This record gives sequence, C-alpha cells and structure tokens, in this order.
Amino acid sequence: MKTAISLPTLGAMGKTGTWRVFRPIIDVEKCIKCWRCWIFCPDGVISRDDYPTIDLEYCKGCGICAHECPVDAIKMEREKK
Amino acid sequence: MAIKDLPRDEYLLKGHAACPGCPITVALRIALKALGNKTILVIPACCSSVIQALYPKSGFNVPILNIAFEAAAAGASGVSAALKKLDKTDITPVVWAGDGGSYDIGIQALSGALERGTNFIYICYNNQMYSNTGIQRSGATPYGAWTTTTWTGKKEHQKELGEIVRAHHIPYVATATISYPEDLYAKVLKAKNMKGPRYIEIFAPCPPGWRFDMSKTIEMARLAVETGAWILYEEIDGQFAFTSYSKKILEGRDRKPIEEWLQLQGRFRHLTEDDMKKINSHLDEKWNQYKKS
Repeated sequence: MKTAISLPTLGAMGKTGTWRVFRPIIDVEKCIKCWRCWIFCPDGVISRDDYPTIDLEYCKGCGICAHECPVDAIKMEREKK
Repeated sequence: MAIKDLPRDEYLLKGHAACPGCPITVALRIALKALGNKTILVIPACCSSVIQALYPKSGFNVPILNIAFEAAAAGASGVSAALKKLDKTDITPVVWAGDGGSYDIGIQALSGALERGTNFIYICYNNQMYSNTGIQRSGATPYGAWTTTTWTGKKEHQKELGEIVRAHHIPYVATATISYPEDLYAKVLKAKNMKGPRYIEIFAPCPPGWRFDMSKTIEMARLAVETGAWILYEEIDGQFAFTSYSKKILEGRDRKPIEEWLQLQGRFRHLTEDDMKKINSHLDEKWNQYKKS
C-alpha cells in the first residue's frame, strides 16, 4: 500500500503576507534587542540580524510583536491598496 | 536563560496555515527549538493537523505521523517500539495533541501508554475547547465559558488532566505556557533528556475561540498565570515544585483578580455576579489546596 506523504515546503499555504491588514514597522533606533518579537512570532517571520527584520512576504499581521515590544519600537500601520 | 540565548533553529516553515496570532505555532516553535530535528511528531485530529497545510505540502520541517483522534498515544507507542527495534534511540517520539484529543477522546490511549511505561513525550496544548471543528466545549473548557455547544455558558468546571497524569507516577509531568518561553524551553529540554513517559501541558489562548484580539495572545497567557487561572509546575520523579511566576504566588505574591483575565475575553461576556463568585471560590479552593501540599 502506498502512503500519502507531504513534503516540507516554504510557503505551503502560499504567500501568507496577503492575509495582512496591518503592517508592522520597526523603528530600529528604539530597539533594545530583547528579541521578544522574535520568540513570540507565531509565524517565525522575524529574523535575527543586527536588528529584527520582518519577512513581509509571509507576515500575517497579527500584531503580537507590536503588542509585546517593551519599548514600543514596532507600530502597526494599515495596508494600502 | 534569557530569550536571546534560545537556539535560532526554526522547524516551522514560513507560510503555514495557522490563523494570525495562533498560540500553537508559538508553542511548537519553542518546543522544537528544544527537541531538535531528531524528533518524530505524532499528531491526532486537532488544529495542528490543519496548520500543516494541504497535501502534498507540509509547513513543519520534521517527520509527522498524522493519526486518528483517539489514537495519538497508541500510535506513538508503536513509533517508540519501532525506534527501539531499529536501535535509533537518539530519535524522540513526541505526541503533539490538543486538549480535545487528550482530555476527552484520547485519554484511554494516553493512560494506557503511560501505564505501560512507553518511552515518549506527550505534549498537550490546551486551548480549552475543540477549536479545529469550530469551538465546541471540551473537558478542559472552564466554568461559564461560551462555546457553540454551551451558548449560555458551560455549567461544569474543567477537569485537570495534569492531576490525572500525575496519578500514573511517571518520571516527568509539567505545565507551561507560551508567555514564559524560557520556562517552556527548559521544561521540554528536561523532558527530552529523560527516559520513559513524560507529559507536558502547554496553555494556549486561542483568539477566535476565546473572542479576543489576535495581538493579545501572549498577554492572555501571561494574565492567566498572574491571576492563578493557570498554574506552572513540574514534577520530577515524584518531586513536585511550582515554577516561574506561580512559585512567586505560592510564596506570597498577590494573585491578580481573575476579573482582569475574564473581562478581556468575549466568551465570558455574559457572566453574572453569581458566576463570578463560583469561579472565584473554585479558584481559591484550588490555591488553598496547593498551599497546603
């Protein structure tokens, strides 16, 4: 019997960035590099370079990063058409 | 350990199918950082079987055995036996199940596997309802909560699976939540380095199911611990201890009033004063019991 196997794929549900209504914007000058945004991101789209950078191709715009940032370095701005 | 020291490995691929603000993927990201790639996940019917995305693609970068609702722990027993036979003991079989598949439908398989001393980790992420099928009550739903099957509020208190599991006297039992990632990581790592049946329950507030804003997922988990609605503890070989913030409450720090947590959730919007009294006395009773033991 042949078993159905799914293989790991980046963007298995497509570019989930299209789900987003509010876009997170990071102010790197305020950032204290606590990396709370990175660990609490449900989609793992925040990478750990010099400062956090957000992959907007896949970010769903939940706003957890902005809500959890202790120094309010991330704000959510409504997406334009 | 601070947040910045947690491993950078990612086993969840971007673009999976979870709702925005999902607590499960936060929990799974942190858990897999501790477990590493030498892991086989066994997932029964639950949100996680949907989050993986659609055949033939998978959003999780670890091997997964998707299995029927009641069979997660039994399936993991099989995986565990196969790994032993093949002498691949460096691979950890891990069940990743929701509260419906653990508290209600999967409890006999779980109890059986624990009693047999199966070498595996059972992780239950508890969002207090069947969220995958559209928010129905489960054994983990708390008193007063609205769900589509308890639309005037649930009339019974939730049961405590952690206590049921502790009665099996297994090597490791712990509870954790996503708002304390260091605590969660440390517990999963501890479990990984032990043998025999190990059980971890992760509290996971669900934005669409509990009716709160998706940006507040982590805050909800934190408030649940600070108000005492969720308790963080671990038991290693029968040695029971509170951890993290729950330990501070036990040592005398004031619990925040439970209303602070309840009022942020739409599922508790209809509560009356009587309901509040019932919830408060249930909570006090539980904490008095813990303080005595």
